[in-house]
Amino acid sequence: MSTTTLPGSTVATLTVTTPSDREIQITRIFDASRPMVFDCWTIPELLKGWLHGPDGWRLVTCEIDLRVGGATRYVWQHRDGRSMGMSGAYGEIVRPARIVATELFDEDWTGGETIGTVVFTEQAGKTLLTQTVLYASQAARDGALGTGMTRGMGESYAQLDAYLASLQDAAKGAA
Amino acid sequence: MNQLDATFAALADPTRRAILARLIQGEASVMELAEPFAMSQPSISKHLKVLENAGLISRGRDAQRRPCRLEAKPLAEANDWLERYRKIWEGNFQRLDALLGAMKAEKAPDSTDQ
Repeated sequence: MSTTTLPGSTVATLTVTTPSDREIQITRIFDASRPMVFDCWTIPELLKGWLHGPDGWRLVTCEIDLRVGGATRYVWQHRDGRSMGMSGAYGEIVRPARIVATELFDEDWTGGETIGTVVFTEQAGKTLLTQTVLYASQAARDGALGTGMTRGMGESYAQLDAYLASLQDAAKGAA
Repeated sequence: MNQLDATFAALADPTRRAILARLIQGEASVMELAEPFAMSQPSISKHLKVLENAGLISRGRDAQRRPCRLEAKPLAEANDWLERYRKIWEGNFQRLDALLGAMKAEKAPDSTDQ
């Protein structure tokens, strides 16, 4: 759980939850209109301004054929020269409300194709983004980030409390 | 089933999440845990068994009470796993915030609300 202060002193909280055993869901509020956030998600020149991933990586290739059945191609490059590619296709496009697309990394470290659903909801002039990634299996989902997982001890109970609260919110939202 | 699978499977039930949330405040007996749920002790015991098998709680030796207590480590590991994911996306989204801010400024150059 983290909070980030936006210009204008509003607070954006990113939550990550596991609404089912094959999904990961992220929610985040953006201080901008839905069409603006939607465009940032679908126009290559804009995506190249932010979708860089972990530290050290950059999105260097981004090709998007924005129609149902249209292909996507993303390539990230690390400053040490390594690169990582991902291809997919659009299943649904409803500007500015919803995008569904398949995704598959070239190295297939997600254990098969994933299906990403991004929903943009208007909220008092801001945009609530809900991104859900559906993995091929539970093992695929857990494996996608489980490798090299740090076995850190000493997590405070306060963090666990926040984590459980977020799971409960997610359960309520799904009901 | 690996530990992470077992943890998430045990957390998939709202009653079990509520039991864990209660145990964050301190250990409790089955009777104390059953009280807020309007649930019979046997059905609470069934949930406790799932949590115990997943290593999320342990039971005391006291034969009368067998108090339940939270085992923090597996939950902390599940939290770490989500935390890695969160960090990658928080980085992306902070850049997106900046981009949206720049787009808005371009659209409304006379805006003075910042």
